[in-house]
Amino acid sequence: MTSLSPKLTQKLAWGFAWVVGIITVLVLLFIIGYVLTKGLSVISPVFLFTEPEGGLSGKGGISSCIVATLWLIAITMAILNPLGIGAAIYLAEYAPDNRFTHLIRYSVELLAGVPSILFGLFGFAVFVLALHFNYSILAGALTLVCLLLPFLVRSAEEAMRAVPQSQREAALALGATKWQTVAHVIMPAALPGIVTGVILCIGGIVAESACLYVTMGGSARMPTSFLSEGRTLAVHVFYLAMETNALDKALATGAVLIILILIVNFITRWLSQRLQAKMRGGT
Amino acid sequence: MPRESFDRYLRELQDEVLILGSMVEKAIARSMKALREHDLELARQVVADDAKINEKRLAIEERCIELIIAQQPVASDLRVIIAVLNIIIDLERIGDHAEGIANITIMIGDEPPLKPLIDLPRMAEKTEEMLGRSLDAFVNRDAEAAKQIAAEDDEVDNLYDQVFRELLTFMAEDLKTITRATRLIWVAHNLERSADRVTNICERVVFTVTGKMEEIGASKY
Amino acid sequence: MDPKIQTKELNFYYGKLQALKGVTLDIKEHQITALIGPSGCGKTTFLRLLNRMNDIIPKARLEGEVLLDGQNIYDPQVDVVEVRRRVGMVFQQPNPFPKSIYDNVAFGPRMLGLNCRVRLDEVVEKSLRAAALWDEVKDDLRKSGLTLSGGQQQRLCIARVLAVEPEVILMDEPCSALDPLSTLKIEELMQELKKNYTIVIVTHNMQQAARTSDWTGFFLVGELVEYNKTSEIFSRPKDKRTEDYITGRFG
Repeated sequence: MTSLSPKLTQKLAWGFAWVVGIITVLVLLFIIGYVLTKGLSVISPVFLFTEPEGGLSGKGGISSCIVATLWLIAITMAILNPLGIGAAIYLAEYAPDNRFTHLIRYSVELLAGVPSILFGLFGFAVFVLALHFNYSILAGALTLVCLLLPFLVRSAEEAMRAVPQSQREAALALGATKWQTVAHVIMPAALPGIVTGVILCIGGIVAESACLYVTMGGSARMPTSFLSEGRTLAVHVFYLAMETNALDKALATGAVLIILILIVNFITRWLSQRLQAKMRGGT
Repeated sequence: MPRESFDRYLRELQDEVLILGSMVEKAIARSMKALREHDLELARQVVADDAKINEKRLAIEERCIELIIAQQPVASDLRVIIAVLNIIIDLERIGDHAEGIANITIMIGDEPPLKPLIDLPRMAEKTEEMLGRSLDAFVNRDAEAAKQIAAEDDEVDNLYDQVFRELLTFMAEDLKTITRATRLIWVAHNLERSADRVTNICERVVFTVTGKMEEIGASKY
Repeated sequence: MDPKIQTKELNFYYGKLQALKGVTLDIKEHQITALIGPSGCGKTTFLRLLNRMNDIIPKARLEGEVLLDGQNIYDPQVDVVEVRRRVGMVFQQPNPFPKSIYDNVAFGPRMLGLNCRVRLDEVVEKSLRAAALWDEVKDDLRKSGLTLSGGQQQRLCIARVLAVEPEVILMDEPCSALDPLSTLKIEELMQELKKNYTIVIVTHNMQQAARTSDWTGFFLVGELVEYNKTSEIFSRPKDKRTEDYITGRFG
């Protein structure tokens, strides 16, 4: 086969990229579009504010699921963020370059590859049973922390590593301590990257179903505390689709889920932009 | 090789200084010959050729300025260029002295000679010889030779004393010789000043090597 | 007059590699000292020893003393934060923080504990004036420091250093990333600054060293070959290696 001219290869590559890009966008739009169009019609204030009836009927609304999901996000983030970002700070700025540090990093990489259901089983064994939290939002949250920790640590660490060394030197040369440098120079500069990592984690929380099923229980009652059982939106979709015939309600729940994700995304981005503007324009 | 062209330019600059030096040496020799042989034509030639000496000096100065701008010389390179700038001043002045001697020859014109000239030609020869050697010392960066040459200025000074006393005696014995004798004293003065200029050149040679300006052998006059 | 900074027989090692050999040098107060030499000769390494910036490098080892006003800054009881406040540094690439101009200059004082808004305003204005940048930025101090031109950014970095009221300012090739006009502005600034501060500058631009400094030290392969008044070094260097380097006859 004769080799193609560079111009032709260029055109082919561009064409290929375009086609693939368009296909991806179309697929995404199709999924979201299908769920939203089929599901939006079922959404109503009644739907949003009543609890689902128990059993196999699939009747009722999703109020308790919304509440459970929000509780779960809140508790997971409250534990995950300090842990993950703290670990990232340690690895990026303080850890000496020795075998122990390499071991920590390697472990983090390994954990990132473990399937979520295994975390679910781990959570069931440790948090639900051994620690006697029983089926609870707390158990679910702790399980998700274990699942998502590697991702957040990796994102946050990379964001911090991306801050140029010259920034650290500038701060140190002014007489700042190491911690002051981390808190006032590196963290603000790494914030966009860290926020991206946080958004991805929220996405991960909302998306989880299997591992929450075995740690939060299946009860659709309105949760009253973080020790209550709960059913998140994703789990509810699974339940409706598998156990009942209420496919329309399942799609509606899916629509709510998508909308929730979009809202969270926008809020987080908006917060991040405001924070950045503040940091650039005056602490 | 770094700065190969600059090294070449410096060598060319030194060659130009040597050319100017030989022009000046010839001017002294020819002006003395014109005086001895009453060659008015030769004397006029020396006077006319002084313009060429001035031109040459200015051209070398221009070249030094160009090199300073373009090469930003430091240390020994800088000292060489500064030395050249000063040496060409002294050379040009010696040229002026030779022109002065030629003018005196023209002024004497057809007057009968006062006496056969012995010491004056010796002063001229000594000055020419010192000049040639001082420029060699510059090219060779030989500070010791330069100091030696500067010390020989005493010979010229002593010859000047002799000429002066001899001519004074003439003037004292016969008042009619005063004009001619005074003119000859003036020739001797030009030669003595020329030799002093050569001493300056020797000081610049030492400066090129050591970086310091020292006075070598202050003149008696 | 006692020298502001003295180093005595400094030997510095990166692991097994010896980067500095027996460097003994006096930095005179209120003078500009330039350090010149070919790449890799150790001049930047030496500079960074003067404010303990090499502390952050693992496997770095120092023998010898660095005295600031007679006190060894490497003494274990000395507070390194205090050393770095007294001996400030401006780097080769301007590195302002991605913060406002005001916050850049106020960073140092804030880290040292100054929080009173009025005092901070004073310090910021005073430092920006001293760095010859005030007139150009006074209308909007909340603009990000990154919106300034290269030369302005470097002056911002200088203002940032001045805000902590140092005694010595170290400059590591501060103009090498700047255009000629900005370079000249900063050189002018240095002449002003030396009235109140002691300045040490590393430069690979010999004309700059000759133009701006009072004293010059020539480094070669980790050794201080020659150290003297700038006018002496550039007209009558004593060591042939110095002569060869500054006349460009270096291989």
